[in-house]
Amino acid sequence: MSVQSEKVDRTLAAELAANPQLQRKPQTYWGMALRSLRRDRVTLAAMGFLLLVAFLSYAMAPLIAGAVGTGPNDTNPQNQFAPPYIIPYIKWRLGLDPITAPVLLGQSGGIPHWLGTDQLGRDQLVRLLYGGRVSLGIAFSAAAITLVVGVTVGAIAGYFGGYVDDLIMWVINTLVSIPGIYLLIIVTAIWKPNPLTLTLFLGFLGWFGTARLIRGNVFKVRALDFVTAARSIGAGNLRIMLQHVIPNALPIIIVSAAIDIGVLILIESALSFLGLGIQPPQATWGSMLNRANNFVFLRDPETGRYIALHLLVAPGLLITLTVLSLYLIGDGLRDALDPMMKNTR
Amino acid sequence: MTRYVLRRLLQAIPTLIGISIISFILVNSTPGDPIAVRYFDPNITEETKAILRRQLGLDQPLYLQYLNWFAGISLRRGDVVEEFAVGQTTCTYLAWLDTTLCDTQGGILRGNLGTSLSTKQPVWDRLLERMPATLELGLAALLVSLLVGVPLGVLSAVYQGSWFDNTVRVLAVVGNALPAFWFALMLIFLFGVVLGWLPTGGRQTVSLEMRFDPVDRLQHLILPTVILALGPIATYSRFMRTETLEVIRTDYVRTAKAKGLSPFSVWFVHALRNAMIPLLTILGPAITGLLSGAVVTETVFAWPGMGRLTLNAAFQRDYPMVLGAVMFFSALTILGNLLSDIFYGIVDPRVRLS
Repeated sequence: MSVQSEKVDRTLAAELAANPQLQRKPQTYWGMALRSLRRDRVTLAAMGFLLLVAFLSYAMAPLIAGAVGTGPNDTNPQNQFAPPYIIPYIKWRLGLDPITAPVLLGQSGGIPHWLGTDQLGRDQLVRLLYGGRVSLGIAFSAAAITLVVGVTVGAIAGYFGGYVDDLIMWVINTLVSIPGIYLLIIVTAIWKPNPLTLTLFLGFLGWFGTARLIRGNVFKVRALDFVTAARSIGAGNLRIMLQHVIPNALPIIIVSAAIDIGVLILIESALSFLGLGIQPPQATWGSMLNRANNFVFLRDPETGRYIALHLLVAPGLLITLTVLSLYLIGDGLRDALDPMMKNTR
Repeated sequence: MTRYVLRRLLQAIPTLIGISIISFILVNSTPGDPIAVRYFDPNITEETKAILRRQLGLDQPLYLQYLNWFAGISLRRGDVVEEFAVGQTTCTYLAWLDTTLCDTQGGILRGNLGTSLSTKQPVWDRLLERMPATLELGLAALLVSLLVGVPLGVLSAVYQGSWFDNTVRVLAVVGNALPAFWFALMLIFLFGVVLGWLPTGGRQTVSLEMRFDPVDRLQHLILPTVILALGPIATYSRFMRTETLEVIRTDYVRTAKAKGLSPFSVWFVHALRNAMIPLLTILGPAITGLLSGAVVTETVFAWPGMGRLTLNAAFQRDYPMVLGAVMFFSALTILGNLLSDIFYGIVDPRVRLS
């Protein structure tokens, strides 16, 4: 029995060796990560949602605005606080309510405001899409700045150690001791930000955590044998850093970037809510919630209906879902990129 | 231990000086000095403004202004003792340097955070006035976040992989992804506006006599506490889950189980005590975070705390107020980190205080 199976094994092995098409490709680290990511449905869904939002706001916003028939900053004083058209429209099409939808269309001059209008009669859907451009753009670019500065500074501190490290850590410890929100309040209160300056503020005030993370990691990697080996063949500091040390820290860099972007979206929205973010009329998800504290109290004097709730719910939900996807992507990437951690988490 | 504490306190000094330099430069790099911003009155001539600037030392280079703000010492060229020795200020003329040295009895070194531009009160008094409200909210949120977050995390670990565990983990991620101010507004709408169970903002019901009414105060406290505790609850539950899972793999917990102790005793007496230790490292910063980082929550709920005070001061360009508040919050942060490190050293003897 066993002799026979051994024979089969041997013929199989010979067949495998002869036919390269049957051979399994050697697995690389990134290949393994990709495969485990492909099985992770939650992360894939989160990525899908994020891509959809980005696609809609970057590629489709002008098209959708054209189809609706209004721009992001087109006001209509006759049509403030219009309720979302989508629900009456569905009821109309289903034959449940033949009156409300045409009345809404009449009030708006034939423009279907799918998610309603704000206090100036601007279309919320179109503003959300255009706002997404700014909000996502700010968060992603600020995260990029954070990464570049954080990785550079962290790698320098961790790699060289000694006085360089002491000095850099003193600067970082000093800056993180100022509660970040106050630093941002000072900066944004002094210079009223536009998208570009806000990106710079967020980026250059946000790299401390990344730098610490990278520094710790570089400390660990620096002591490993392969770095000594690289040095023994005469590799210079820059080459060791770029080729050996930083690639080893890449997984944690990617994971922390995903979560950072989510946090940045939250910070942008909080600043805008406080009135310190992007100034009107520029739409961002945060600035659309700028006057949000009044929204919960606004009622129609005749019917008693809360007329501004759609202005509160839609941007907030969109922010929450986007940030949630980024966190989930971060978690998923952590699992995929760190096979060692999978068992403990 | 004493040496360690002393060394950490000494290390805090350069950090504080660094913070004071950074925030001073930031605040003073604004276009237009306080005089230009404050006095729009066209009847005030440029000459008067120049005199005001000279009196306040705003005509001096930035590093001398900093010295004045930080140490309460101002230096001026020439013999100008008579001009500047007003009120508490004492001046001496140093002939060999041709410089007048004035001591204003102020400066943050002596605990004088300066005078608020908008109310002319000392910055410290204005902070003190708002401190009880911030403390009340911060402590309530801390209590709630510990009482909810820690048991959630431990139970999550006990029932690892169950629906309870999964729910808690999902909620923890969602809790961190919610924009706090937005969720606050949703809660205000539900409980304050529609159901009318809770007040929508403020610290107490406004009335003529403003009596202290514990029930009323508690009702005002509930929603802000929930909002402020939300993030920490999510953090603590995640943290405690990981730590507990780590601790239950250790030998002494196995021994406790083998002795036949009840599951409750094993988890909540034996495991929890050691799982709590790492929590101390994040607790210190978290406390200072709750005390100083409540700007958003205080604004949504119109809570009369220090965060909102600072925000409004920033809007009014009341720079001494903002600077003073930022210095105070930074000192709190440093103190919080220090305390958590010290506690960590006391509770866990394995930590070598090198």
